[in-house]
Amino acid sequence: MSVVTTDLDTAVADAAAHLYVWALKDIPQDLRDALRDAAGRETSVTGQRVLQTILRNVSVAEDEKNLVCQDTGIAVYYCKVGEHFPLHPARIYAALREGTERATVEHPLRSNTVHTLTRENTGPNVGFRVPIVHWDFVPDWDGLDVKCVPKGSGSENMSFLKMCVPADGVTGIKKFVLESIVGAGGKPCPPGIVGVGIGGSADYAMHLAKEAIARPVGTHNPDPLVAELEQDLYELLNETGVGPMGLGGDVTVLSVHVEHADTHMTLNPVAVNYQCWAARRASAHVAADGTVAFERDA
Amino acid sequence: MATHEVRFPVTDPAEILKLRAGDEVVVQGHIIGIRDRTQIRIFDQGIEPPMDLSGAFLLHTAPNVRKLGPGKYEKLCIGTTTSARMVRFTEGLGVQYGVRAICGKGGFPDEAIEPMQRLGMVYFAIVGGAAALETTQIEEIEEVAWEELMPECLWKFRVKDFGPLTVGIDAHGGSLYRDVQSRALEKLEEIYARL
Repeated sequence: MSVVTTDLDTAVADAAAHLYVWALKDIPQDLRDALRDAAGRETSVTGQRVLQTILRNVSVAEDEKNLVCQDTGIAVYYCKVGEHFPLHPARIYAALREGTERATVEHPLRSNTVHTLTRENTGPNVGFRVPIVHWDFVPDWDGLDVKCVPKGSGSENMSFLKMCVPADGVTGIKKFVLESIVGAGGKPCPPGIVGVGIGGSADYAMHLAKEAIARPVGTHNPDPLVAELEQDLYELLNETGVGPMGLGGDVTVLSVHVEHADTHMTLNPVAVNYQCWAARRASAHVAADGTVAFERDA
Repeated sequence: MATHEVRFPVTDPAEILKLRAGDEVVVQGHIIGIRDRTQIRIFDQGIEPPMDLSGAFLLHTAPNVRKLGPGKYEKLCIGTTTSARMVRFTEGLGVQYGVRAICGKGGFPDEAIEPMQRLGMVYFAIVGGAAALETTQIEEIEEVAWEELMPECLWKFRVKDFGPLTVGIDAHGGSLYRDVQSRALEKLEEIYARL
């Protein structure tokens, strides 16, 4: 689908409003395939019961045009802004905020955002520093890519950080991921995508873990060493028997994605960010002339 | 593993005692939606809930709804939240209000096993995130109380073929979560030894 408009603020706001609702209703094909594969290999009775219910739910959401999951999450956007894109990031942020608010009011969607101390609702899924937007800037380009990842709290609550020491090595990284996912049990709605961020600093490791969960299932880190770690962790985690919804079974995770950054010689940070089976995401490309192209599977 | 159909609220404790961890259950009748703030109000602020909870099935939820008029809401999307945050209310719900079943996702930690056995209660595991399906099984929102806690109000839903649910913790001291967790921890020791 593509839409042409001349007003870039409106184009970005419209795109955000569309992406937020779309992501909540229509989960990407790579995830649908991964869930179907999981049902194909699960041998436990409870695990089959869960996976068959999940597959039924995905098709009911489609038939009824309803949300896959009631948790409309906290609105998170990843933006890649070309250096020649004609709208300044401050204006892009305002437009994303407006789009989030409009989608929440017009659909309507449940408003989840509260003041972190008073716990009072702050309005239609916007608030102080919400939505959360991550920025990347691209030289020699005039476009804007927006990916909306409305992530539920059940899985976000299962986020873990450990400042391993260099002597812990790769084994320390693996142990921490394993103990985190076993400890999380059924709470993050397994089987999902495990995002792991390694290196950088404490804050950046968690940022990378979050970025990792937004990658399509079936993609691998381009660095062969890191891709090998992804595969090792995937196999080990599926040996734990936690299973679908933590009720026991063969399929504990659909995929493990690792993102890395170089780090200080004395640091070895490991961050784990879990993404539930309803790993919702949707993307749009906004061209400099305001043309918007939506893509579900990016 | 057996399959059962149970109608709530229950009056006969045998309806709960027949259920064993791992069994599949489909629920009919009426269920009550409840969440963090609802239970904080009941137990921490000591305010009596304006709904009868005896023999009740409680669902950990905060639904997406559209207001139609005073006290009247249309369901939009109703799903289930993580239970573990609310485990400390289990005993009070059983002792003070006679609640018989608590349903949520992700399970209750082991501290719920003893009071559930003593009080004849069960924990039902629903499939988290499967809200589109769950919404079709809720026929109507019949009552709502404490609307100022929106969406964490007390909700009364009429349901049809609600499920499939899995008995996560039964009234005989059985818990799937404890069993899965202890096997997984043993497995981890074995994995660590070969890393």
